[in-house]
Amino acid sequence: MTLGRISLVVCVVLLALAPLTLSPFRLGLLAKYLCFAIVAVGIALAWGQGGMLTLGQGVFFGLGGYAMAMYLKLKEAGSAGLPDFMVWSGVEELPALWKPFGNPVFALAAVVLIPGVVAFLLGLLVFRQRVRGAYFAILSQALAAAFVILLIGQQGLTGGTNGMTNFSQFFGLDLTDPNGQRAVYAITALVLGATFLVAKLLVRSRFGRLLVAVRDGEDRVRFLGYDPAVVKTITFTISAVMAGLAGALFVPVVGIISPALLGIVPSLELLVGVAVGGRFVLAGAIAGAIAVNYAKTLFSEDFAEGWLYLQGGLFVLVLVFAPKGLAGVVESARDRLASRRQTGPAPVEVTA
Amino acid sequence: MGALVNQLPIGLSIAAVLLLIALGLTFTFGQMGVINMAHGEFIMAGAYTAYLLQGLTSQSFLIALPVAFAVAGLMGLLLEWSLIRRFYGRPLDTLLLTWGVSLVLQQLARDVFGAPNVQVTAPGWLVGGVDLLGVRLPYNRMFIVVLAVVCVVGVWLYLTRLPAGRRMRAVVQDRELAAYSGIATGRVDRFTFLLGSGLAGVAGVALTLVGPVGPGLGTFYIVDAFLVVVAGGLGQLRGAVLAAVALGFLNSYLEFWTDASLAKVLVFVAIIAFLQVRPQGMFVLKGRALV
Repeated sequence: MTLGRISLVVCVVLLALAPLTLSPFRLGLLAKYLCFAIVAVGIALAWGQGGMLTLGQGVFFGLGGYAMAMYLKLKEAGSAGLPDFMVWSGVEELPALWKPFGNPVFALAAVVLIPGVVAFLLGLLVFRQRVRGAYFAILSQALAAAFVILLIGQQGLTGGTNGMTNFSQFFGLDLTDPNGQRAVYAITALVLGATFLVAKLLVRSRFGRLLVAVRDGEDRVRFLGYDPAVVKTITFTISAVMAGLAGALFVPVVGIISPALLGIVPSLELLVGVAVGGRFVLAGAIAGAIAVNYAKTLFSEDFAEGWLYLQGGLFVLVLVFAPKGLAGVVESARDRLASRRQTGPAPVEVTA
Repeated sequence: MGALVNQLPIGLSIAAVLLLIALGLTFTFGQMGVINMAHGEFIMAGAYTAYLLQGLTSQSFLIALPVAFAVAGLMGLLLEWSLIRRFYGRPLDTLLLTWGVSLVLQQLARDVFGAPNVQVTAPGWLVGGVDLLGVRLPYNRMFIVVLAVVCVVGVWLYLTRLPAGRRMRAVVQDRELAAYSGIATGRVDRFTFLLGSGLAGVAGVALTLVGPVGPGLGTFYIVDAFLVVVAGGLGQLRGAVLAAVALGFLNSYLEFWTDASLAKVLVFVAIIAFLQVRPQGMFVLKGRALV
C-alpha cells in the first residue's frame, strides 16, 4: 500500500465517521466545505491539468444552485403558489422561465446541463479562436461580473441581491431535522467521491495525457494532428458541470443561494484552496479547499477583518514560496527522502 | 433623439476613465505579460489621495492630480520591485499574486479610511455645465475627457519622441532583442509600472468627480478595463483608445436602452462575438511568434 492509498482510506473513514461525532452545526459546515471541494476538483482539472485559469467558476456554481433552488422553491410553494420572494416583489404569475423547474427530473437535468452548455459554448467560441491564457482568465472573470449583475437586476426572477433562502425540504428529506441534514451530508460526500473518481480516471486516461500535452505545448499538439480546442472545451465543460453539481448541493446544505456567493471575489476564493493545496494533484486541491474554508470559518468567528489579510497574504506566500502548493511541498520532501535512502542518482523530475 | 445626444457626454467620460485605467494595464500586460489585479487599488489610492488633500488649499483638486500620480506610481513601483519581477514568465500566477495584494490593500483602506464611502467635493469651477447645440455638457465630465486626452497625448509623445519611450516600445516588441541591444529591460519594466500605475492614480482622482470613494472603487472598474485591453490588443496605444471609446459608448447606451443588468451581459456577448472576428484584438503587434 502506498502512502497515497493509506491517506485516501484515512480520509474516507474520517468523512464516514463525521456524522456520528460532529454536532449538526459543524456537520453542516463540513458539508459546505465538501461542496467547495467538488468545485476544487473541477478547477484542478481545468487549471492544473489543462492550464485554463478559470476565474468564473462561481457562474457555473450559481447556475447549478439556482436551478436547484428554483425547483425547491416551487415544491414548497405548492401547485398553484408563487415562491415567497416573488410575492414580495409583486410578481403575480409564475414566469415562463420558472415553469419547467417544477419537474424534479427537469431540474436535476438542468443542474448538470445548463452549466455544461454555457461552458461548452463559451469554451468552443473562445478556444477555437485560440484565445487562451490570460485572455481566457479575463473573459471568464468578466462573465462572473456580468452574471452577478444580471442576477441582481432581475429581482422578480431571481430574488435579486437576497437570492433565495428558506428551504425546508430536499427530495423528501426534512432539512430542519438532524437526520435529514446527515443524509444531505452523505449525498454531498458521495458526490465528492464520485467527482474525484471521474477526475482521477480522466487524468489517467489517454485524454488526460493529451490535456497535459495541450497545457505544456499547445502548438505541438496541434502539429501532431489533434485539435486542442476540442480537448480544452471538453475539460472546461466537465469542470463547469462539477461546479454546477456543487452549487446544487450547496442549496440544501447551506440553505441559501445569492449573488454574493458567486461574483468575482467568491470565484477567486474558490481558487485559493486549489492553489494552497496544490493544483497539479487532485487530492491536494480537495484538501486545500477544505482546509482554507475551515480556516475562513475559524477566523470569521473571531476576527473577520483578519481573514482578508490572511487570505491575501496566504495567497502571496504560497505563490512565492510553493507555487505547486502543499502537495508540491510534500512531493519534493518525499523525493528527497527517497533519493537519500537509495544511493543512486535522484529521480529525474518530470515537468509538471 | 434628445436622449440619444444627451447620453453622449456620459459615454465619453466613461470611455475616458476606462482609457486612463486601461493604458497602464495594456502596457504592463503587453510588455511583461503581467496581469495586475491590484491595478484597481491604485485607482482607489488616487481617489483617497484627492480625499486627503481636499480643503488644504484652494486648488487642492489640481494638486491632487500629480500627487495621486506619484502615490499610485510609487505603489506600482514597489509592487513590481518586491514581488512581480520574481514572476515573469508566469502570467497566470501574477494574476493570482496581485489579487492577493489587492485583497490586502482593500482591507487596509477599510481599516484606515473606514468601510463607508467618502465624498470629495468638486471644485467650484467644475460645477454646472454648458449647453452646446442643445446638448448639456457637464463641466466635470468634460474635464475628465480633457484629462484623458492630455494623458494619451502625453503617453504618445513619450513613446514616440523620447529615448525612454523608444526603449519601452523596443521591449514590448521583442524583449530579448532589446536586451541584446543593450537596453536595461528590468529598468524599463519598472518605469512602465510606475507610469501605468500613476495613470491609474490620475483616473482615481477623476472618478471622485462623478461618484463617491470607497475601498471597493477599483474592483468596479477593473473588469471593464481588462476587457478594453482584450478588445484593443496588447501594448497598443491606438487599440486601447479605440476599444475604450467603443466600450464606453456601448456600456452607456446599452444601459440606457435596456437596463444596467442586461447591458453587462450584452457587452460580454459583443466582446465574444468580436473575438470571433479578431481573436487578438483590434490591433496586433506584428511579430514572428506563433499564434
